[in-house]
Parts: sequence; C-alpha cells; structure tokens
Amino acid sequence: MIGKYVVRFASLGYLFGLLAAPLGYVFWRTFRHGLGPAWAAVTTPDAVHALKVTLILTAIAVPCNTIFGILAALSIVRYRFPGAGLFNAVVDLPLALSPVVVGLALLILYGRGGWLGGHGVVFALPGMVLATIFVSLPFVVREVVPVLREIGTEQEQAAATLGASTIQTFTRVTWPAIRWATAYGVVLTTARALGEFGAVSVVSGRLAGKTESLTLYVQDRYQSFDEVGAYASAVVLALIAVSTLLLMTMLKPKEETR
Amino acid sequence: MAARAAALPSPKARQSPWPGLAVGLSTLYLSVIVLLPLAALSWRAHGWNAITSAQAVSSLKLTLGVSVLVALVNAVAGTMIAWTLVRDRFVGQGFVNALVDLPFALPTIVAGLTLLALYGPKSPAGINVAFTRWAILLALLFVTLPFVVRTVQPVLLELDTEMEDAAASLGAGRLATFRRVILPNILPAILSGVALAFARAVGEFGSVVLISGNLPFKTEVVSVYVFGRIESGDAGGAAAASVVILTISFVVLLAIGGFRRWVTRHDR
Repeated sequence: MIGKYVVRFASLGYLFGLLAAPLGYVFWRTFRHGLGPAWAAVTTPDAVHALKVTLILTAIAVPCNTIFGILAALSIVRYRFPGAGLFNAVVDLPLALSPVVVGLALLILYGRGGWLGGHGVVFALPGMVLATIFVSLPFVVREVVPVLREIGTEQEQAAATLGASTIQTFTRVTWPAIRWATAYGVVLTTARALGEFGAVSVVSGRLAGKTESLTLYVQDRYQSFDEVGAYASAVVLALIAVSTLLLMTMLKPKEETR
Repeated sequence: MAARAAALPSPKARQSPWPGLAVGLSTLYLSVIVLLPLAALSWRAHGWNAITSAQAVSSLKLTLGVSVLVALVNAVAGTMIAWTLVRDRFVGQGFVNALVDLPFALPTIVAGLTLLALYGPKSPAGINVAFTRWAILLALLFVTLPFVVRTVQPVLLELDTEMEDAAASLGAGRLATFRRVILPNILPAILSGVALAFARAVGEFGSVVLISGNLPFKTEVVSVYVFGRIESGDAGGAAAASVVILTISFVVLLAIGGFRRWVTRHDR
C-alpha cells in the first residue's frame, strides 16, 4: 500500500516541479507590485500591436485549418485512394517538424530567388500567416479522424438511401457526430497558432511594431533586459493558454460520453 | 447466396457519399502549404560542409543524445503520471489531469521563460541550471510531458482489472503483476508516446532558445544551429542541416504509423 503513495507523490512532485511551480512563480513575479506595472507593460503601443498581429494570424489560420481538417479527415476515413499512407504521414509532419525548418522552407520558397519569390510574402504578414497555418495544420484532422472511424457509415448510407443529398447527409448526419471533436481540434489549433514562435521568428524579420507577434515580443523584451515587459506579456499568453485548457477540459467529457 | 452478394454493391463502393472533391481539395491544400515549401527546401540544400562541420555534428549529437534521455525519462514519468490519473483517487485529480495538457497549450517561449525564472540565475530556489545541458533537458521534458501520459491513459482506462486480479490470486506480487500483466498491455502505447516525444524533442526550438544560452559545442541544439546559419545568410547550409532533421522526423513518424498498424493488425 505504501507503493501507491510513492507513485502518487512522485507523479505529483514531477508535475509540480516541472509545470506548476515555474508558472506560478512567473505569475507571482509579474503581480507582486500589483496590477499597475504589469498593465502598463502590456499596453505599450508595441505590445498592443504584437497582440493584434497574433490575433490576426490566429483568425486566419484557424478557419483555414478547420475546413481543411474536416475535408482531410473525410478523405482519410471514407476513401481509399492511392498514396493515402503518405497523405497521412504528411498531415502529421508539422507535429514532428522543427518550427525553424518550417520557417526556413517558407523563406526559401517565397524569399529572394525562390520559386515564388518577390511577392512581399517573407518579412511580412503573409509569410507569418503561412507559417502559422503550417504548424497548426494537423490538430482538427487528428481529432476528427477517430470519431469518423468510430461512427461508421451505416447512418450516412441510410440517409443516402432515403434520398438525402451529399450536403444534407453531411449537415444532418455526419456533422452532428463530429462537431465536438471538431471543436476540440479548433481549441488545439488556436492554442498552437497563438503560441507559434520558431517558424514565425524566421519568416517575420522581427520588426517591432510591424511584424512582431506576441511570442516574438516576449523574447524581444527579455533580450532587451525589460523583465517586467517580458513577464507581463508572457503572463498574457499564459492566461490565454489556461483559458484554452479550461475549454479543453469542458469539451473533453462530452467527447467521451458521446 | 453468392449471387445476392454479387448483386449488392460492395461496401467499399457504397462507403462514401462524398465525391472525390474532398480528397482533391485537401491534397491541393496539403501540397501548397506543406509539400511545396519542403520541396523548395530540399532543392536548395547544398553546402554539405554545413552538416559535416564540427559545430554541426556536435549540435546534432547533443540533440539526439538529450532527446534519447528525454524519451527515457518520459517513458517512466509519463507512465507513472498516467497510472496516478487512472488508478489513484485523490482530491484535485481533475485539476492535475487538466494541468498535464498545459505544455500543449502554453507557447514554447513562455515555457522557456518560466523555467528560466525559477531555475535560472535569479532562482529563488537556489537552483541555477541556465546555460548548461541540464537546462536543455529540463526544457525538453517540459514540452514533451503530455505525449506519453496522453497515449497511455486511454489504454489504462480500458484495461480490465480481471487479469490483474487473476494474477494476484495466483500469487503474483504487485511488481510481478505490473511487469507480466499490465506492462505488455500498455507497452505499445508507451512506445508510440515515447516516439512522439523524441520527434518533438529533436526539433524543439522556442523553449530551449532562452534557457540554453546557445553556446556552440556546448549547449547548441540543432534547431538553434539551423537558426544561426539562417541569420548569417547561409540558407543553403541551413537547408542541408534541415533536411537531416526533416529525415529524422519523417522516419520516426513513419515508424510510429507502421508500428500502430502492426499492433492493431488483428483488429481489422
């Protein structure tokens, strides 16, 4: 019986030392002189602009990847097509690929002398959008695929037999079954898009007040020895992350009891 | 019977009410967003001295070494945390369960900064690992924490306790039961989680960049090395090193896919 407590305390101790303590300490450091200095640090023009850039990137990447995610999941589960295995592996690739490599690939393709170079994509917002879409691409697919597989095709076939069109079958039968999985995937996509750093860092050129997203702003502040600014903007990102966690926790039981 | 079966359309043909449009559109999207940039990257890769230079080899060795260590620690700690979440009951379990997902939700640069605050030069705990290899290990453990937990947890949930009871009634001790009954059941999940954690660790950048100090030959991981080549205008060399990382990631992913198909070969 002692073994049980050893495992429990080892697990909780590991989580505390690695996750809870560092994050809690940063919150404390940020707010130990009250809300004032932290608020001042995150409302400077550069900080506000960085937040705007981050929100724009997310607002474009999430809908694109949601529509793609549903189409790709349908393709993977409902179709047998040549190259399906490769398709699957390529969908997963952004999960395992270094963000720096992603940024570099975009830089080479759209940069000077690249195949599609010279359209103002790199060192500007379009390149950052492409980088964000790339890294947050797999999440909706990964969440929807297992659900589609589990529900099978019987109901869809029944709908089709009763004369429902493809669109009707999707909106009345398939969509209600996958909507919670899609929502969960959207939350994960949003979290990844908001937090992207490496890829965006390479393609953005990091011009303060222009192509600086909030994650880049955190690094910029830290390296300029502005600890209050760095911690305060990190806390903004962490608060968004915690809200994401809450959303994930709320969506999960629905997925499991479906 | 045979005639009737032949008269029915095959299940495969009836499977899909959706036209090939879904396949076409998603393949096009995937090609433009993912494959085209990676093709450009591979095409541009030249200057193989960028990956055979002492600095490149050293960064690659360090990255692979630390990633193996991260994978091993995760195999043990991840399994233990999954066990605590499934088999144990205590107050605040729901909170701990949510906390495990934190590294997926938290931006990597924030992860690096928080670790640096508590375990850096101004550490209130008196532990300073900044600019050492321990810092890299710490950062990678942080960002890879959920992988093993989240792959093992569902398997452990579905595992019947009957077999364990049987083992116990036959006189097996708790350790023997774990090793002989539980471990074989959850091993595939552990391995696939470990592989994901390894792949992620090899490419990690954001959480490492602040805390490791990026000292060549000492604490420079391969992503940071690539970043350095880009900064100094050597896109060809950076691309060459990237192709190496890309190959490692892709091989690991294909291996996980193949392994999963092999494990579930009897289910289909």
